Amino acid sequence: MLLIHCPYCDDTLPELEFAYAGEAHIARPSDPSELSDEEWRDFLFIRSNARGVHAERWRHIHGCARYFNALRDTVSDKFLRTYKAGEPRPDTSVQEAVK
Amino acid sequence: MTSFRVKDRGRVKADRPVRFSFDGVAYEGCEGDTVASALLANGVHLMGRGFKYHRPRGPVTAGSEEPNALIGTSRGVGRFEPNTRATVQEIYQGLTTESQNKWPSLKFDVGAINDRLYMLFSAGFYYKTFMWPRSFWDKVYEPFIRRAAGLGKAPVDVDPDHYASRYLYCDVLIVGAGPSGLAAALAAAQTGVNVVVVDEHAEMGGSLLSEPSVGINGKAAWDWLEATLDELGRLPNVRLMTRTTAIGYYHQNMIALCQKLTDHLAELPTDAPRERMWRVRAKQVVLGQGAIERPLVFDGNDRPGVMLASAAQTYLNRYGVKVGNRPVILTSHDSAWYAAFDLADAGAKVGAIVDTRNDIQAALMQQAKARGIETLTGHTATATSGRLRVKSVRVNPVRGGRVGKARTIDCDALLMSGGWTPSLHLFSHTKGSLHWDAEENVYLPGQQTEECHIAGAGRGLWGIAAVLEDGVKAGTAAVRALGHSCDAVRFDVSDDRTGNGVTHKELATDRSPGRAKAFIDFQNDVTAKDIRLAVREGMRSIEHVKRYTTNGMATDQGKMSNMNGLMIASDALQKEAPQVGLTTFRPPYTPTTFGTFAGYHKGSHFELTRKTPIDSWAEEHGAAFEPVALWRRAWYFPKAGETMHMAVSRECKATRESIGIFDASTLGKIEVSGPDAVEFMNRMYTNPWTKLAPGRCRYGLLLGEDGFIRDDGVIGRMRDDLFHVTTTTGGAARVLNMMEDYLQTEWPDLKVWLTSTTEEWATIALNGPNARKLLAPLVEGVDISADAFPHMSVAECTVAGFSSRLFRISFTGELGFEVNVPARHGRALWKKLMQAGRQYDICPYGTETMHVLRAEKGYIIIGQDTDGTVTPQDAGIGWAIGKAKPDFVGKRSLSRPDIVARDRKHLVGLLTDDPKIVLEEGAQIVTDPNQPLPMKMIGHVTSSYWSEALGRSIAMALVAGGHEKMDQTLYIPMPGHTVAAKVTGTVFYDPAGERLKVE
Repeated sequence: MLLIHCPYCDDTLPELEFAYAGEAHIARPSDPSELSDEEWRDFLFIRSNARGVHAERWRHIHGCARYFNALRDTVSDKFLRTYKAGEPRPDTSVQEAVK
Repeated sequence: MTSFRVKDRGRVKADRPVRFSFDGVAYEGCEGDTVASALLANGVHLMGRGFKYHRPRGPVTAGSEEPNALIGTSRGVGRFEPNTRATVQEIYQGLTTESQNKWPSLKFDVGAINDRLYMLFSAGFYYKTFMWPRSFWDKVYEPFIRRAAGLGKAPVDVDPDHYASRYLYCDVLIVGAGPSGLAAALAAAQTGVNVVVVDEHAEMGGSLLSEPSVGINGKAAWDWLEATLDELGRLPNVRLMTRTTAIGYYHQNMIALCQKLTDHLAELPTDAPRERMWRVRAKQVVLGQGAIERPLVFDGNDRPGVMLASAAQTYLNRYGVKVGNRPVILTSHDSAWYAAFDLADAGAKVGAIVDTRNDIQAALMQQAKARGIETLTGHTATATSGRLRVKSVRVNPVRGGRVGKARTIDCDALLMSGGWTPSLHLFSHTKGSLHWDAEENVYLPGQQTEECHIAGAGRGLWGIAAVLEDGVKAGTAAVRALGHSCDAVRFDVSDDRTGNGVTHKELATDRSPGRAKAFIDFQNDVTAKDIRLAVREGMRSIEHVKRYTTNGMATDQGKMSNMNGLMIASDALQKEAPQVGLTTFRPPYTPTTFGTFAGYHKGSHFELTRKTPIDSWAEEHGAAFEPVALWRRAWYFPKAGETMHMAVSRECKATRESIGIFDASTLGKIEVSGPDAVEFMNRMYTNPWTKLAPGRCRYGLLLGEDGFIRDDGVIGRMRDDLFHVTTTTGGAARVLNMMEDYLQTEWPDLKVWLTSTTEEWATIALNGPNARKLLAPLVEGVDISADAFPHMSVAECTVAGFSSRLFRISFTGELGFEVNVPARHGRALWKKLMQAGRQYDICPYGTETMHVLRAEKGYIIIGQDTDGTVTPQDAGIGWAIGKAKPDFVGKRSLSRPDIVARDRKHLVGLLTDDPKIVLEEGAQIVTDPNQPLPMKMIGHVTSSYWSEALGRSIAMALVAGGHEKMDQTLYIPMPGHTVAAKVTGTVFYDPAGERLKVE
């Protein structure tokens, strides 16, 4: 079971308290009607499916209930960083990802 | 019966006899014995049969890696367990055990005919044998495979035991209490950090229990062990746990432990758990798992009496049991020589030490000579004899790669050693990389991914001194990582039995290797020949070889077989072992009961049951219940002698003719409040909310961003800035989650608060022409007359003295009200309404009647009439879309090409030609019942009921292009007959909605 750091509670807690919520940094377009069918399809369905560092959303559902973002290495299944919703994706060096 | 018990040897209590039975025969062992050691003490080696060939088998090990000696144990009803390893199960007074995989008896087993037919059972035989003809599959092959599959009998009774579950947090967890683990514990414990030491055995000590002649710090091994355990046991910061197996190593140093608490006890304590699962989160982990001896691979290496040399040494030194009086040793490692010496010293007549190597340490040769033991170096073994017990071994000299003339040596036990394999199972669970040591032909731990330290034989070290020193190093490293420093711990070891050896693929032979039964996986009966055949037939990866041959798929998970299989496969492929790979080790380390994993989660504790405030009334009044999500809901209220059909028809009739009362408390409720509440509602739901006045309510439809229906429910506007949202019973949490997601991450600027109020309110629905008559006298604070309180109104008022939110809505098509009161008053209000409704013959109804009444009106149930691929247009509720709104969740998708495509599945009504036939929900629909198979299915029945009001069956269905098929006849093929039905609209009853207008 993973331990996950909630950036709002500032505490590292068991995975049981959290729920996964898909890839991060996919903002809903402010006016979807302006999008072509292809653009809207990509927004709905196309995801990066990263091998390695993946930015993703988690929710501290059985805690503060806030959504936040995390960088996780999908190969090692290790969290590199968690950060608050709305904050930019942190830079991660390759070394950090490999570790 | 001859006793093989050796006086003054072993740690068992010779003065405390224990009686138990095996296959109906009574035996006597000693306190401290395992089933295997006690049977061996009685001269019994035959304990099981092979899986495929049913060859007789005896124990090959003395530990948890045992592949052969699997038995069933029982102690009364429900307490039967198959596949228990006889080498692990401790005996207690009255223990009943039985052998497996034999018929009619262990000594005479009909299935052993497979041994004569072995050519049929080569690698991949499942894939080759059971292919054709197709018609044989159901009647011949599948029953055969099912009968043959698996070892032991599955228990049939409910397990009366219970299983516990605990969390544990510690600084240092040490797995394995052999010399390396104990040394690590001594080093770490002195700093005061919190140390936990676990060992799977009944006693701590590991290899020291089998090596009493070693001296440590001037003490005999066992005296040192006792003193060390005593010292550790006294420390408040140390916890020692025996009979506790680390079964899995998970992320961030979480280790699962299975602690066995009662399987060794003669008297079961009342209310004690049988096993306890520990989830340990350790800051540092030390793995001192040791090493497992490798069998040698040669023809007939599986006969009872052939076992690992280390096992024989353990039986002698730990249990005081000679495994034979005339053993022969067959080895490629120095360690087995000591087994020969110990057995000779205990009075056995060692027939010979046969070593595959040419050059042996002079000291070993001298010790053998001193004991008068013949030594045959540079030899191979090419066969054994003896059916139920080994009688002789055939050995040949090997000179310059040529196998010389054979010689047969009589024996009653053949003790083999093919070197040692470090136990890397737990380390591998962490996905730590492995490093191939080409010199020793072993994998060693490489790159680590977790905070762990591997010590001792588990990383290829040999000898007690080296292992103790390494343990100290690991323990010190662990506490240093925690910021502590510790004093050096030193050990002075005497009479250490160091040594080395070589490893082999199959041993050389002068006979046809194709006829050799040289076993690698004893339990699954995989031979060296099978591995080579798999390679010839195209298997290149060891993972493919494993699955094709079943090598390593036995309950020992390849502990005996992996390395030998790999050596032979890499030889056959002419590749280095690392290029062939290593199969993945997965948890659990040893077989673990389902009970341990289930823990407390069984029976009524499997998952929680949510009950409404009115549930107790329903139970008192004989309701039948059905589960809906986690809720249990009253399904129908049968009167004496009524079937479900009769009860539901009565409830429907009463509601349509007078009044029905229904517990709707499970409906999800979310309060949406705040200055931007209406804007939020406009963006979430398809409907327009701006013009909905306080005091009014509206049917709300929620889509996913993909345009498919997610949920629905009536939503009341209580104030400008407050909405009372209802959701489906099963959808409440999902809808709140979705709302929070948008609110927190897409529209954080909106000033809106969301509160789950599902359990705040008890909700009682009153439906029927007499609903207002019943309710009006009880309501204060609002005029509920038809004009003053029209359909789709909501008000805060008092009902029967309870403050409430009163809705005028209908899910039945009748005049309807839903009264929400604080949950604590739900039952009292229900009783008052029942009392007041007597004059109208008020009828409580359950979910089944609710379903029928709503279906008569064509109201959909999300998740029954929709399945996550249904749009509002498909469902015929396009009217619920606020087309003038610039945006809402899912709006853009409603113009996607796939969504506007023709021939999507539409929700339609179906009326069977024969009104008495009620279609089956889920039945498939076709246009032409006479078309050839397989027929083209164009949809399925989603809802189907008997309608008492209409005196006929009704159904709804999702049908491709259904809206264009009105009045067409479609067909529902069923086993033995076909039902014809006409496509209709979905509103079957009162299409004009007149009944809502009752005064």
